[in-house]
Amino acid sequence: MNLILTPNIPDPDGFYDELLRAHEGLSDEESAALNARLILTLANQIGDREVLRAALAVSK
Amino acid sequence: MVATRYQTAFELYPYVRVPAQDAAPVRHPVVIVGGGPVGLALALDLGRRGTPALVLDDHEGAGLGSKAICFAKRTLDIAHRLGAGTQMLDKGVVWNVGKVFHRDGMLFDFNLLPEDGHRNPAFINLQQPYFEKFLFEAIQAAQQEGAPIEIRGRNRVASVRLGMEFVSVDIDTPDGRYTLEADWLIACDGARSPTRDMMGLSFDGRVFEDNFLIADVRMKADFPTERWFWFDPPFEGAGQSALLHKQPDDIWRIDFQLGWDIDRDLELDPDRIRTRVDAMLSSQTGDVPDYELEWTSIYTFQCRRMEKFRHGRVFFAGDSAHQVSPFGARGANSGVQDAENLAWKLDLVLKGAAGAALLDTYATEREHAADENILNSSRATDFMTPKSANSMLFRNAVLELAGRHAFARPFVNSGRLSVPCSYDGFALFGPDALDGGPQVSRPGATCPDAPLGSGFLLDALGDGFVLMAIGCDAPEPVQEGDVTANVLHIEAPSPLLAERYLGSSPSALYLIRPDQHVVARWAEHDAKAVSQALENAIGKKMS
Repeated sequence: MNLILTPNIPDPDGFYDELLRAHEGLSDEESAALNARLILTLANQIGDREVLRAALAVSK
Repeated sequence: MVATRYQTAFELYPYVRVPAQDAAPVRHPVVIVGGGPVGLALALDLGRRGTPALVLDDHEGAGLGSKAICFAKRTLDIAHRLGAGTQMLDKGVVWNVGKVFHRDGMLFDFNLLPEDGHRNPAFINLQQPYFEKFLFEAIQAAQQEGAPIEIRGRNRVASVRLGMEFVSVDIDTPDGRYTLEADWLIACDGARSPTRDMMGLSFDGRVFEDNFLIADVRMKADFPTERWFWFDPPFEGAGQSALLHKQPDDIWRIDFQLGWDIDRDLELDPDRIRTRVDAMLSSQTGDVPDYELEWTSIYTFQCRRMEKFRHGRVFFAGDSAHQVSPFGARGANSGVQDAENLAWKLDLVLKGAAGAALLDTYATEREHAADENILNSSRATDFMTPKSANSMLFRNAVLELAGRHAFARPFVNSGRLSVPCSYDGFALFGPDALDGGPQVSRPGATCPDAPLGSGFLLDALGDGFVLMAIGCDAPEPVQEGDVTANVLHIEAPSPLLAERYLGSSPSALYLIRPDQHVVARWAEHDAKAVSQALENAIGKKMS
């Protein structure tokens, strides 16, 4: 599997909205912690080390 | 007296004293408050159907200044049906390409990719006063043909009294006050609706803490006819975002997002505005082209709507009922759709062909549309003006990634442009009994245009209910009380029409409303089913 770099989420506006809503009312520190938990959860979903390594490279 | 609140760009309907001012109150079937795009479109639609419409406006023509500039395809389709579309298209600036910049780099460009086989483009830019003038001219043409439309300039509604049988309206004129009565009163009197205030109705929603500076400049420039939008513009003093967009008459709309804590008087100083505009224009060309400031203003906005668009015999349409941020051009465009939704329903009810319960569906359908518009414009605004450090973090991450990777581009939101809403699952629609039928023409959706003969499908649909038979035998017109669905028989559809209406089905029969939304569809004619769907579509099954 290769890292997907083309749009892949249906209703992107809806997802983005949900993502921001999850942070509503949190302090900056709590938001950073939520982001960290979210990344780890998503990484586990992906599983593939090659893909995760590629995603890290793209994000840097 | 009737105070002047603004200058007019075009004088269209100067005050004339009418006999009704000296007589006992005269009863009118429909009285429309406000002669803006929504009020004029509604009057024109009603008048063309033969239902009398009286428009009261406290000025004598189209107001001057920067208002709506982007008119969407659906609005142009409606205007064309009403006889004003060609003038709009001729005058308007057609655009398809948008470019999104972040600081001094371009993130990506987009093309609204006009599909083939539509009469109208995705968008035109046209100053609102022109839009109103063309509607007014179409009203004059309709009047010549006998359409019972009357517009009274400098007639300001002073008070409204709601009764069970009619609404009583006091009107101030330069010659003093008079009173008239309306079976139905439609308030199309804008975001600050005096009618809404007189009735003590609330208008709640979100205030966005931001100020936008509009500068409409007149210049001859070689910029392409594209929508250019900057996040974090690189030019001096531009604020958090900026927009450049072309209008007719060599006018360019420039928007600067200034933030919340500003000194309005200072920011409106022409020298200060010129400094900003100079910086923006020279960032593209290297030098400052000659230009004049045509119009400047600072605006803030809210996203809100009335809880109910119908209050007994009074309806609210357009900005009086709902207000959105300007990003997405969802204000005037949705207002014109309000007018179209209400016109045929009022017409049927006044002619006794449908019960008054049909009018409730104006409110439920258009409240749903307003929610969709508010959701889209709120999301755009949240993206452009992040409300927290975390939102800012994500926003900036999106912008950084979007320059390099396509996957992040759908998240970039500088406004989701107006498209008509679909009434999926609403009471007047259904059934969808066409196996393999395309999504785009499902019950609830507006009919997509398509080539038909040497013209276009939407023109052939006209103003009434239509039974469209494609690739199957044409039935007889279907009658439900006084409502007739006429037949449009398309024996051999063009490939695009087949793609948009047949999908994988060899034939189809569509029932279509007067506002060109699909009611129901089948693979072939079924007299009983069609008759039931038509009965349902005019509200006969509503309790």
